[in-house]
Amino acid sequence: MTEMTKVETTLKDWETDQEVRWCPGCGDYAILKAVQRTMPQLGADPSNTAFISGIGCSSRFPYYMETYGFHTIHGRAPAVATGVKLANPDLDVWIITGDGDALSIGGNHTMHLLRRNLDVQFMLFNNEIYGLTKGQYSPTSREGTHSPSTPYGSVDRPASPCAFALGAGARFVARGIDVHKGLPDVLKAAHAHKGTSFIEIFQNCIVYNKDVFDEFAAKKTAADTQLHLLDGEPMLFAKGEKGISLNHDTLQMEVVDVTDGDWEAAGVIVHDVKNRSVAHMLVEMQFGEFPMALGVLYDDPRPTFEAAVVAQNEASSVGKAPDLQALLNKGQTWTVSENGADGPEL
Amino acid sequence: MATAVNQDKPTNEHPSGGENVVVRFAGDSGDGMQLTGGQFTLSTALAGNDLATFPDFPAEIRAPQGTLFGVSAFQINFGSRAIETAGDQPDVLIAMNPAALKTNVQEVRPGGLVIADEGEFGKRNLDKAHYDSNPLEDGSLAKWQLLKLDISQLTLDAVKEFGLGNKEALRCKNMWTLGLSLWMFERERDPVIDWLNTKFAKLPDVAKANIAALNAGHAYGETAELSGEGLGTGHLPTHRVAAAPATPGVYRTVTGAEAISQGLVAGAQLAGLPMFFGGYPITPASAILHHLSRLKEFGVTTFQAEDEIAAITAAIGASYAGSLGITSSSGPGIALKGEAMGLAIMTELPLVIVNSQRGGPSTGLPTKTEQSDLYQAVYGRNGDAPMPVISARSPGDAFECAIEAVRIAVQYMTPVMLLTDGYIANAAEPWKIPDVSSLEPFPVKFLEKKPESGLLPYSRDEKLARPWIKPGTPGLMHRIGGIEKAIDTGHIEYGPANHQTMTEIRRDKVLGVADSIADQDVALGKEGGKLAVVGWGSTFGPIHQAVRKAIDAGKDVAHIHIRNIWPMPKNMSDLLKSYDRVIVPEMNTGQLKTILRDQFLVDAMPVNKVSGQPFTITEIEAAIEEALS
Ligand SMILES: Cc1ncc(C[n+]2csc(CCOP(=O)(O)OP(=O)(O)O)c2C)c(N)n1
Ligand code: SF4
Ligand SMILES: [Mg+2]
Repeated sequence: MTEMTKVETTLKDWETDQEVRWCPGCGDYAILKAVQRTMPQLGADPSNTAFISGIGCSSRFPYYMETYGFHTIHGRAPAVATGVKLANPDLDVWIITGDGDALSIGGNHTMHLLRRNLDVQFMLFNNEIYGLTKGQYSPTSREGTHSPSTPYGSVDRPASPCAFALGAGARFVARGIDVHKGLPDVLKAAHAHKGTSFIEIFQNCIVYNKDVFDEFAAKKTAADTQLHLLDGEPMLFAKGEKGISLNHDTLQMEVVDVTDGDWEAAGVIVHDVKNRSVAHMLVEMQFGEFPMALGVLYDDPRPTFEAAVVAQNEASSVGKAPDLQALLNKGQTWTVSENGADGPEL
Repeated sequence: MATAVNQDKPTNEHPSGGENVVVRFAGDSGDGMQLTGGQFTLSTALAGNDLATFPDFPAEIRAPQGTLFGVSAFQINFGSRAIETAGDQPDVLIAMNPAALKTNVQEVRPGGLVIADEGEFGKRNLDKAHYDSNPLEDGSLAKWQLLKLDISQLTLDAVKEFGLGNKEALRCKNMWTLGLSLWMFERERDPVIDWLNTKFAKLPDVAKANIAALNAGHAYGETAELSGEGLGTGHLPTHRVAAAPATPGVYRTVTGAEAISQGLVAGAQLAGLPMFFGGYPITPASAILHHLSRLKEFGVTTFQAEDEIAAITAAIGASYAGSLGITSSSGPGIALKGEAMGLAIMTELPLVIVNSQRGGPSTGLPTKTEQSDLYQAVYGRNGDAPMPVISARSPGDAFECAIEAVRIAVQYMTPVMLLTDGYIANAAEPWKIPDVSSLEPFPVKFLEKKPESGLLPYSRDEKLARPWIKPGTPGLMHRIGGIEKAIDTGHIEYGPANHQTMTEIRRDKVLGVADSIADQDVALGKEGGKLAVVGWGSTFGPIHQAVRKAIDAGKDVAHIHIRNIWPMPKNMSDLLKSYDRVIVPEMNTGQLKTILRDQFLVDAMPVNKVSGQPFTITEIEAAIEEALS
């Protein structure tokens, strides 16, 4: 997207008159509010904004945003968005998707979206379940998840959305929690990033997968279980008493104790959003042994797909007139007059 | 027909009035037969003949050399009268090896000329072609006039001075053969020489060697070297087929894939829209993606997607954003696009889907032609999902059909399926280049201001089309999607009465396309009578020829060719019912026949062929004969 002119709006300007149809208490409400609240702060223009979604509870989102919206088909939002952005690179496009939508049926498109680096915000509402189809396990469900289709527990291992994104070539990877007050900051960073901004949002499906994220999302224990990443800041948690450091022998991260706030002495790493190697370690950090890494894990822009396409379209058109008649007449032609062929016109 | 090679033998099957010759080049897939055929076609077109071609190549990219399944052939029918098919039986076969001879010779007209490269008829190649003895020596080709030439050696001699390796030198064999063919039919060599110089601009020695081979083949025909050998007469028969009478104008040869690409570009220009083309490679549809990728100056953006689903959904996204979205594939890919077509129908966005049909089901016959995706086009989606379908009958016709598909898509806010097939996509025919200024524009009007009555994204114009609103337009924000829409507002709506009405609106909108198309005409013969032969797509040629011959023989037959498959022209019912009998030749097991029976309650009888090869005129003649008896 080219630099947009900031527009003044209020939260009300982003709300539609449509009745919101998620289950009461669903984490989707909190995400919707966070987005609606953030948009005025971005100076975004509703007329120039499009929300494009696939299918799932989460994908109902566009109906509730007073912007342009396209509720497409299951898994295909990235492909639709690609066409939209190539046709109009100036639109501010947000993709809304779920764990099933983005990683099962649409896994292929998600991979190619990230590799191409289309300039969109990609919000993956991860509730580790298929909400809309009434609770079957999903590609992010943990092993042993009991669901209507896995009454004895699922046996396949889950995918890690952020690791997948980074592996596919993402240049922006972030994590947030639906009800978390830090979510708007993540959205702002995503919006500021030119290229595909991949955001995994832990979303509570209170009907089919209630509170699965509690072990790190619950407010009471959050201090010990969440690592809030800030560019240029040390990776500290547990009120600064613990940090993340790199073990130089094993080349792996480890949790270290910080005494008297001397994190440097403890070897705690300073977060650098442009460090791809560290990003790979952050997305691989297993919760339990480690806290859950939240915020912007990685942010290092690269030229976008649509910019490259537009540039090539323009470069290869230089000096060529769009002369249809000339195109049709191209190559070897011959003229037939009233009395037969006149021979070639080379 | 008075053919070049056999003027005195009474085996004529073709009608009088002008003459034509069918030549088939056949060789190993590495022998460059398609190039030879293509260049011969160009020279023939430049000589003012009408022509039709049929390239027939193996599915394998590089089949093992010398094998039967590695044979690649190119047939051209040209003449001084209108030519509508690639010809039933070759008059001349040029066989570059035993496998090419074996797979093709039986189709050559008895008494026709067979030219074989005897240099390739060694034991190994004979074994690969499963010949127990050398057919050039054992008398088994007595039905035909046989001319054995050591084309391999003659080529090596001709290009010796350029110091190419043996393998490279032998690659010039096809040009030697082309030179001889050009001489036989008194065709100009200059266009081929120009083409070689351009093609090998960076390899001047290769260009020179090829030109030398071309000239040598030509000289071979001309000189006395043939005396005492080959034909009983001692001479190669040469013949100049007179130019075909044609409407005055500027002509070129065009393949279906080129014509569709250019027609789509024309359509976008007439609509005043930039074009977005999403594709995923598949035979025989890829050529359209390749052509359009080179036309960026026409406001064309091409996107090679990760699969066919992404290709169509990206095209839908582009249409949503205000471009003309187009996607193209062949049967298997079209199947993948099915769900997304429903989305375009539901969201009422313009979209053109080009299906270059090939033999199916599944992977089927990727390089062979068939018309078996008609059900898929008309009925192949979930829900009541009506979509206009039109079909091209020839490469030149594909240009107009592409424009027509674009017009319908943007005027009715609907996806449109354009059917073509492998035969049309690859075949070349002379084409009278249209005068662009005579094409009627149909500029698109986007909704850009909120109407006084308020914004209703699913309100309708007199064609029942909804307004096209580009995201980015100030103040017209709205949401669309695949869930059923409320009348006018387009909000999500599951109500029973609403769904009933919306389904009917979508149906009526598409049926209403019939108001904008011409009445069905009779391609040949008169309205009403004993028999109508009804066809669609690339069977036009053989049906037309067969009907012409039947009419010449005094029979009461007419040819009806349907371009608009869905909806059909409004007079179709009356027209069909004006004949006692209706037969429907198709390269499938009876799909148009089913639609005609269903729509019009006529007793349409099928005539089917699903061998991967086009109908021959003779086959249609036999069907006419049977229907009349
Ligand atoms: C082609 C297709 N297959 C299956 C479905 C049914 N379906 C709708 S949503 C969904 C899964 C949604 O899960 P997720 O993406 O995690 O979204 P959530 O509802 O959890 O937000 C499925 C399987 C469909 N709509 N389309
Ligand atoms: S099923 Fe779950 S995800 Fe869907 S709306 Fe209800 S709570 Fe939310
Ligand atoms: Mg889910």
